[in-house]
Amino acid sequence: MTNFLKKQNFWFVFTPYFWLVLFFFIPLALIFKISISVSEWGMPPYRDMFAFSEEGLSINVTLSNYLFIFSDSFYLRSYLNSLNLALTSTLICLLIGYPIAFYVAKSKENIRNLLLILLIIPFWTSFLLRVYAWKVILQGSGVINTILIKFGIIDQPLSMLHNHYAVILGVVYTYLPFMILPLYGYLVKFDLNLIDASSDLGAKPFKTFIKVIIPLSLPGIMAGSMLVFIPVVGEFVIPELLGGSDKLYFGKIIWDEFFVNRDWPIASALAMSGIFILVVPIIIFQLMYAKYHFKNE
Amino acid sequence: MLDPFLKIDGLSKTFGNTKALDNVSLDINKSELFSLLGSSGCGKSTLLRIIAGFEKPDSGKIYLDGQDITTLPPYLRPLNIMFQNYALFPHLNVKKNIEFGLKEEDLDKKEIDQRVNEITTLLELTGLESRKINEISGGQQQRVALARCLVKKPKLLLLDEPLAALDKKLRVQTQFELVNLQYKLGITFIIVTHDQEEAMSLSDRMAIMKEGNILQIGNPVEIYEKPSDKYVANFIGTANLFNLNLIDQKLIIKELNLEISNNSSKNKKLCLIRPEKIKIQKLENQNTQNQCIGVIKEVAYLGSYTKYLIESNGFNFYAFMQNEEVSRNLKIKWDDKVICTWSEDSIFFFDD
Amino acid sequence: MQNIILKMNKIFLKSFFLTIGFAFLYFPILTLIVYSFNDNKRVMVWKGFSFRWYGELFRNEQILEAFMISIKIASLSATFATLLGVMIGYSLVRIPKIPARPFFIFLSSSPLVMPEIILGLSLLLFFISSNHLIGFPSSKGQLTVLISHITFSVAFVAVIIQSRLSSYDKNIEEAAQDLGTLPNKIFWKITAPVILPSIISGWLLAFTLSLDDLVVASFTTGPGANTLPIVVFSKVRLGLSPEVNALSSMIMLFVVIAAVIFYFVNRSNVQK
Repeated sequence: MTNFLKKQNFWFVFTPYFWLVLFFFIPLALIFKISISVSEWGMPPYRDMFAFSEEGLSINVTLSNYLFIFSDSFYLRSYLNSLNLALTSTLICLLIGYPIAFYVAKSKENIRNLLLILLIIPFWTSFLLRVYAWKVILQGSGVINTILIKFGIIDQPLSMLHNHYAVILGVVYTYLPFMILPLYGYLVKFDLNLIDASSDLGAKPFKTFIKVIIPLSLPGIMAGSMLVFIPVVGEFVIPELLGGSDKLYFGKIIWDEFFVNRDWPIASALAMSGIFILVVPIIIFQLMYAKYHFKNE
Repeated sequence: MLDPFLKIDGLSKTFGNTKALDNVSLDINKSELFSLLGSSGCGKSTLLRIIAGFEKPDSGKIYLDGQDITTLPPYLRPLNIMFQNYALFPHLNVKKNIEFGLKEEDLDKKEIDQRVNEITTLLELTGLESRKINEISGGQQQRVALARCLVKKPKLLLLDEPLAALDKKLRVQTQFELVNLQYKLGITFIIVTHDQEEAMSLSDRMAIMKEGNILQIGNPVEIYEKPSDKYVANFIGTANLFNLNLIDQKLIIKELNLEISNNSSKNKKLCLIRPEKIKIQKLENQNTQNQCIGVIKEVAYLGSYTKYLIESNGFNFYAFMQNEEVSRNLKIKWDDKVICTWSEDSIFFFDD
Repeated sequence: MQNIILKMNKIFLKSFFLTIGFAFLYFPILTLIVYSFNDNKRVMVWKGFSFRWYGELFRNEQILEAFMISIKIASLSATFATLLGVMIGYSLVRIPKIPARPFFIFLSSSPLVMPEIILGLSLLLFFISSNHLIGFPSSKGQLTVLISHITFSVAFVAVIIQSRLSSYDKNIEEAAQDLGTLPNKIFWKITAPVILPSIISGWLLAFTLSLDDLVVASFTTGPGANTLPIVVFSKVRLGLSPEVNALSSMIMLFVVIAAVIFYFVNRSNVQK
């Protein structure tokens, strides 16, 4: 019987292990390899790493792709734009999402379940269509402009689409549920008596909020912020639909390098540097945070 | 000589650096209600899990009804265990939980239904069959857990803290029900508990465990009145323990500097006087032996009896007084000087 | 008196935030629904109420085909991702000896934090190279999209299963053994049914992730594998499309029906 268990355990570990190595790890290793290859015309558009010629074995490894993207402020600016976008929208999501999550969590149970469903419905609705909705609203001939003109507040339609702010709006809108749901998850578990205890001990409501509620919901704040920040850094669709030429973002740059310029090594180098600059710090931060949190429990 | 029903022979088990069981041997008779009592970490749960088959002992043997079951896996052992948290299957309803073990035996449907019916009637679960586990009360869950084991007619039933999850009032009631049930069915029960009152009121015999060893095995009376050592005396009930000195052929309680009567126990070093065996009166007349003068330091009125902490000769001990009369005020209060007496045969002398 | 004012204040604040919050969440969706009934090719100029675009939508073969492809890929991807995700969750909680365990944890959790654009790029480059090397996959298409979707959904399912299993009472498996269940049947008889709600939510999440994905699918798609988001994106990238408005309403209707069913099933469960 233990033999069987061993067999079952073997397949339980081996199958996903194999899958992830093959379709996640090897592809990552591959873009790393391409990112240090020399680009050239042809298919594939880079030189083999090891080439045998009359002069013997030559190894074509180069850091020039990385040097290139770091020396050109164009790429650097797009990183910063993406970071800026991710930070701003995470913050706004937190500011809007926290009170909503708080009040939903503190509602009576039957109302709470209804509100929760109402929160989840947009989340299940297509992401793409929710972004598209803002395109409809913000258009020159869109809802807002139509209303404003009708009431005579303006006579020329405002141009609200195709700029950084429209992108922020779109991001906040689509990612808000990702902030609210984990926050709600922590706040709903949270004992209302603690608020009473705190005010019983003489704390004013605002102080109670700062000193008791915020620290206790910190894990939810962290989880929600991560869920918003990380995908937004690589976000491609929202800038493409709502953004303009004023700012370029990291996701769009990779897309263009690959599909438009067909420069695989540069696209790969961008992706790799994205991983090292954005993803690795997040993983390290999360590990440290988990350790800190663990210690304090 | 007849073999014991369950024979545990020299079991040892080590987890990392801690010895959970240290060469434990134990005989349990058929149809006995036996308790394993000890504070947490004493090894009682490990012993139970080894009997159930979830842990393998490092050494030693277990025989059940003459059969060596030491290496038998849990699913082949003719015994069942009821877990402290009941471990009911949350995805199955009450009936499916109860018949689960019978279905594993591949019995035919008629017999399964009949046995399930019997046990649900016996445990007063009729009408709850189609309920989900989270839709019934804690007491009902406990009975479902019992039914799920008993329906398999095990030779031996292990119960891990069977009453711990119930509230106090229900616990007392369930204690009696459990004893009645065991008596009716005649199945051997082994109960693990940390609650001394529970063990005393349930068991035919019990074993006191500490740090992987069994300190004493006996019936509740033996264990309360004649504990094997200081630890057992303190673990069960409240204990006044006194050191003894032999001076000029007189046996003296060191702490009270008081001579006590003795006939046979001249060479003893330690004795025990349970608090309820000490009678206290306000100081009026004085006698000689088996009594001392003290001052009341603490009084706790507990309804049926009152607990007194008495200081005598700089040493504190307890006395319990039955509240025999209806009275508004306690006759003996703080700072009263009292005389404490006890009879000669209420002293228990420890063997060294 | 002061207390009453304070309480009024609290209620006011609460309804204020909730109203504004939910208005923000629903305003864009409702706008789409309203305009889907507009009988005008120019989306934003109101001409009159009609179901015209719903008719157009159901005659639009491109959208219908893409919808079928998306549903097919999403359900297959969700099923495989759930299988693999359950295995990972189970392994991480229950199997102490996993070779290179930290690496296994890294593999199973980093797709969660990997920007989809990087994931899409790496998978596409991988498929191209593997096609060069061993001729598989022979071409990009539904298979490559499916593989990619499974790969990024697995991590999400694994997280759900892992957190369920770590709060799971192991005693019930021991109880089953004690009652005579053979060890090789425990997983199927006890573990899987008990964590079934989590398995279902894992499947639903994987299904939505696949149905919603544009970026990874855009990288790995090929002929005959244009999923619904790809088609919609190509329609709305440069302008507005009345058919897409109608599609939004249909999706919304579907989600609301599902939510209502879920709400009532849940409520009757709780009430019992």
